[in-house]
Amino acid sequence: MIRIAQLSCGPEYSGVQQELEKAAVMVGAELVFPEVSLDDVRNVEERFGIEVASGDLNLAMARATRIVENPDLADAVFVATCFRCAEGAIVRSELRKYIHENSRIPVLSYSFTERTTAETLLTRMEALVTTAKFKGLLSRERQTGLTAGIDSGSTTTKSVVMRDNEVIGTGWVPTTEVLKSAEAAYNAALESAGVTRGEIEGLGTTGYGRHLVGKEFGAKLIQEEITVNSKGAVFLADAQKGAATVIDIGGMDNKAISVQDGIPGTFTMGGICAGASGRFLELTSRRLGVDITELGKLALKGDHQKVPMNSYCIVFGTQSLVNSLSAGSRPEDVAMAACHSVAEQVFEQQLQEVEVKEPVIMVGGTALIEGLPRAMEQLLGLKVMVPDYAQYIGCVGASLLVSGLVED
Amino acid sequence: MVKVMVYPPTSMILSDLVERTGHEALVVSKEVRKKVNTAGLDSPPLNMTPEDPKKGLKYAAVDVPSGVRGRMSLLGPMIEEADAAIIIMNDRCTLGCTGCARTNELTRFLLRTKRIPILELDYPADELSARRFVHKIREFLEGLN
Repeated sequence: MIRIAQLSCGPEYSGVQQELEKAAVMVGAELVFPEVSLDDVRNVEERFGIEVASGDLNLAMARATRIVENPDLADAVFVATCFRCAEGAIVRSELRKYIHENSRIPVLSYSFTERTTAETLLTRMEALVTTAKFKGLLSRERQTGLTAGIDSGSTTTKSVVMRDNEVIGTGWVPTTEVLKSAEAAYNAALESAGVTRGEIEGLGTTGYGRHLVGKEFGAKLIQEEITVNSKGAVFLADAQKGAATVIDIGGMDNKAISVQDGIPGTFTMGGICAGASGRFLELTSRRLGVDITELGKLALKGDHQKVPMNSYCIVFGTQSLVNSLSAGSRPEDVAMAACHSVAEQVFEQQLQEVEVKEPVIMVGGTALIEGLPRAMEQLLGLKVMVPDYAQYIGCVGASLLVSGLVED
Repeated sequence: MVKVMVYPPTSMILSDLVERTGHEALVVSKEVRKKVNTAGLDSPPLNMTPEDPKKGLKYAAVDVPSGVRGRMSLLGPMIEEADAAIIIMNDRCTLGCTGCARTNELTRFLLRTKRIPILELDYPADELSARRFVHKIREFLEGLN
């Protein structure tokens, strides 16, 4: 049983403690609360460096110092405070950094509301547990044999076939019916690889439909996106050793993952609104009358500073889009402003919660919209790498990891 | 007999002092006991559910964190019921129901603006100040009669 130490303020009084417990149980873990003395709480400033007004936050920091001094107390750490609490947000961020810098224990940080459910937390908890439990499997750097991966995403379904560390076939379809889309993408990948389904030694599935697709196709590995995307990204970017940062702006949510030696350390998953996701770029390309595959090239010719746009909310973002076009803005400037706005939301809402270390690897279908990695480079002041097969990252990670299970 | 809300609302010492002078102490442990003993609810450890922060909307707006509103769903009705209050400042042992500083600030504010008799004291630092502390509280409570 994986022990996740809960460092939090407010979940009991928000009525969501039971949801946190439920999510932990669903991924085969239990929440634990390291014991501390009253003196530990009172002297937290001496040991942690700060004491704040809220006692429960001081308690969380005292527990963190105890974990760092006794790493055997927990396999993973879950830091949670109320959404919209400034004091909580500051402490949450410092707790995450403190654990990350002073131990090798994986950390997940989350801000909840009374609407948080176990299902919302499931993928995050699953990634946390996988990171803590399967370090051996995750440290795998080479794909061996003939394996395949299916990524059943919210917008598109992707599949790859790999042989001896090389991608030999790919398939991509828009997601409609989950199983039918998976079938089509998998068949396309098999066909382009020139192999039959019976020859595949191991299949791994990921994405929102991973459980349904994995069960139907008899997958040996059913894994959430955080883990497989990290693995796939560092594999394709040839950055398996050392630090890396993986950014995946998806159709429905975004992931920012701080990776060390191919294993996710801290990560965030979310997106307040579709305005911070690939959906907004889809909408922009439709409004500009260009294919989504052309939006990025168009954006590279534009200047985002000429069009004021804030897609914090997709409705306001769309208003900016319509207003700027009505005011005569050039389509290329609008396209770049849309890319910049999406990148800005991810930068402001998510990248502040992970350690951004080079190489920065952008993955997922949106990474191919050239304006988006360019906008991210401008915001970060760092070079952003988009590896080949960036849109197939999840399938590649799943295919690589499942080959370890086949060998075992 | 008057209903006296004590702050911190978790203080058993204050609660005991209030009860000894024949008044009713309003403390959060009684509210939590009611929740824990509510049949049909199963949301451990406190039996609080996502409905509770919604009840707290009566005391704090929707953009206030859910943990504040959830705590206010316990403390708000106690404040409404209070005929008098004792507020102790500088207590460093505030955890759980009193573990959120914003909730504590709101609680003190709502008590002060209720225009009821209030005694405000600092937490005693030594034995002599503790004796004075108890004496002042007793004097206040007896005066409520």
